[in-house]
Amino acid sequence: MTPAIELTDVTKIYRRYGGKQFATLKSALLQRSILRDLRPSETFPALNGVSFVVPRGSTFGVIGKNGSGKSTALKLVAGITKPTSGSVRVEGRISALIELGAGFHPEISGRENVFINGIMLGLTKREIQNRFDEIVDFAELREFIDAPVKTYSSGMYMRLGFAVAINVDPDVLLVDEVLAVGDEGFTHKCLDKFSEFRRRGKTILLVTHSLNLIERFCDEAVWLDAGQKKADGDPKRVVDAYLTKVEEAEELLLAQTNLRAVEAAEPPAPASGAPPADPTSDMFQATEGRWGSREIEITDVSFLDREGQPSHIFHSGDPMSVRLKIRAVHPTEDFVFGVGLFNADGVCCYGTNTYLEELIPETMSGDAEVTFAVDSLDLVEGTYKVDVAVHKRDGAPYDYHRLLYTFRVKSRTHDVGIYRPRHRWLFSSAIRFRSGQGPE
Amino acid sequence: MFANLTNLFRYRGLIQSLVARDLKARYRGSVLGFVWSFVNPLLLLLIYSFVFTKVMPNETKGIQPYALFMFCGILPWTWFSSSLSEAAGALIAGGNLIKKVLFPAEVLPIVSVLTNMVHFFLGLPILIAFLVIYKHPPDAWDLVWFPVAVAVQLLFTCALALIVSALAVHFRDIRDILANLLTLWFFATPIIYPMSLDTVQKYKALYNLNPFTHLAVSYQEILFYYGPIGHWRWLLALGGASAALFLAGYWLFDRLRDSFAEGV
Repeated sequence: MTPAIELTDVTKIYRRYGGKQFATLKSALLQRSILRDLRPSETFPALNGVSFVVPRGSTFGVIGKNGSGKSTALKLVAGITKPTSGSVRVEGRISALIELGAGFHPEISGRENVFINGIMLGLTKREIQNRFDEIVDFAELREFIDAPVKTYSSGMYMRLGFAVAINVDPDVLLVDEVLAVGDEGFTHKCLDKFSEFRRRGKTILLVTHSLNLIERFCDEAVWLDAGQKKADGDPKRVVDAYLTKVEEAEELLLAQTNLRAVEAAEPPAPASGAPPADPTSDMFQATEGRWGSREIEITDVSFLDREGQPSHIFHSGDPMSVRLKIRAVHPTEDFVFGVGLFNADGVCCYGTNTYLEELIPETMSGDAEVTFAVDSLDLVEGTYKVDVAVHKRDGAPYDYHRLLYTFRVKSRTHDVGIYRPRHRWLFSSAIRFRSGQGPE
Repeated sequence: MFANLTNLFRYRGLIQSLVARDLKARYRGSVLGFVWSFVNPLLLLLIYSFVFTKVMPNETKGIQPYALFMFCGILPWTWFSSSLSEAAGALIAGGNLIKKVLFPAEVLPIVSVLTNMVHFFLGLPILIAFLVIYKHPPDAWDLVWFPVAVAVQLLFTCALALIVSALAVHFRDIRDILANLLTLWFFATPIIYPMSLDTVQKYKALYNLNPFTHLAVSYQEILFYYGPIGHWRWLLALGGASAALFLAGYWLFDRLRDSFAEGV
């Protein structure tokens, strides 16, 4: 069976506009550079030697971060632009849900726009006539269909555009991140429509940032990064590979953020600012900063993963350690180490210190390390900030780092709250779930 | 290229509905609506009549009533010049279609030309009414040539519209140059003065190089002057040249087509 879409070694080079936005006719004539000006001077490869094959009747996902070439790939498949080199082959009628309602004229009614848009997409008048009711019902616009389109809300506009495009009855449907247009109900209707397409053996090429959708809907997927194919095949595998890469990038970003936060909080002299006498008194006031007398100093803070490697991304349920490097200027007998976890809303998820846990300090001198080890990080997905501190028993701070360190918790399950108790679900035999679904 | 050209025929449904859309959208929201298509040329003709009979009477022999003579040339000229100025912006205005939908771009300039042709046709009844009122009926046999003149003008205008619209994507200055060029062209064409003027005859060779001269003179002979049409050879020659120009224009448009999605 011939594939529905086949990209072979496709490269697409865009012209990058440098200093002058548009070449002018005058300068082109004066410098006899008409032909040269029509040729790109500075270029930018949006796609670089990409090949993939979409089998007929399959649903194929394209993922990648912004600017990775996903939309360019889709436009090439749609035939809107031509590849600079390589070949794109598509079998059958295409409908592209790239920009919904492109070509709607604001002054004329929804009804007239449906007809014109349908004709633009390759339908005949009669075909549109036959599908008109279906289109209007799908868009849920029966009352407003005779009003000019300029009076529509953006949601109505998009729904009508979607309804027309999906009713073109294509062999190949190209979808570019358009499911975000409607409310929950409309999104479901769109997904149902996609399922119907699949059942009828049509090919769908889906570009989306919703990895969930890719895993649930697609038979195959490809991951593009900076115009190059990174992986393709089984969607689950591709999504995992992509997520790993995203985590690496986030990791780097968080590491930089933490570094910057610490630098920014560095006070010009020790014991400056207005250190609260009792730091716990404003535990719920989330302002970043660093203060204290620095008689004992926290010189380094890192988060360690299972293997003891520094990391900023953890999966819910993983072990995690916060390691503090400490330096005491004079040997001392009065010290308390504390750690606090805050979620993105600034809510304290957990806070403790060695004094609360009844550890009586004896001595400390020179360089030392303190590790706060969590066996299982039972937090829901999100970004967390950490307080670390060393202070006297009466609360007078030696070195207090307020919300300077950030780490992220990832989770496959999108549960909510601030804390995930370890749990299981138990059901009596009258209740049964389909296998392979539910939380892993 | 020829495969694309035959596609143009396939798009007739699309062209038809886009022309209808433009016409509908144009008067949507106005009280008189479509009546404006008649009122506009009517008001224009009344103004000309007033100016050239009362304020600044033009008594050149052979072109009386002058307002009517002038109108025979201005009506097709308006079609021509509005088409070109609209076509120059057509691809840029339709950028959304070209960038986001698989859409035959050549349809856009052609729609500009056809929409203005409809306005031209709607102006004709006014012209005919005034020809009758002034008791200056055209020769019925001449009218046979009228569709020919319209066809030649259509082909000629479409050819230029394709070229102008394609180039305007890359050279935005064209829109501004065009406005001035059209004004120059208007005065360089025997529209507000007759071809028979002595000064015009002195530069006859130059005037003959201006394609619109032959259209204007043809319209005047068909609609205004009584008696057999003497300009038909020129008209047919222009028709042939227009066909060649159309092919050349289409070729240029086709060459630049792939750059539109990035250029607009």
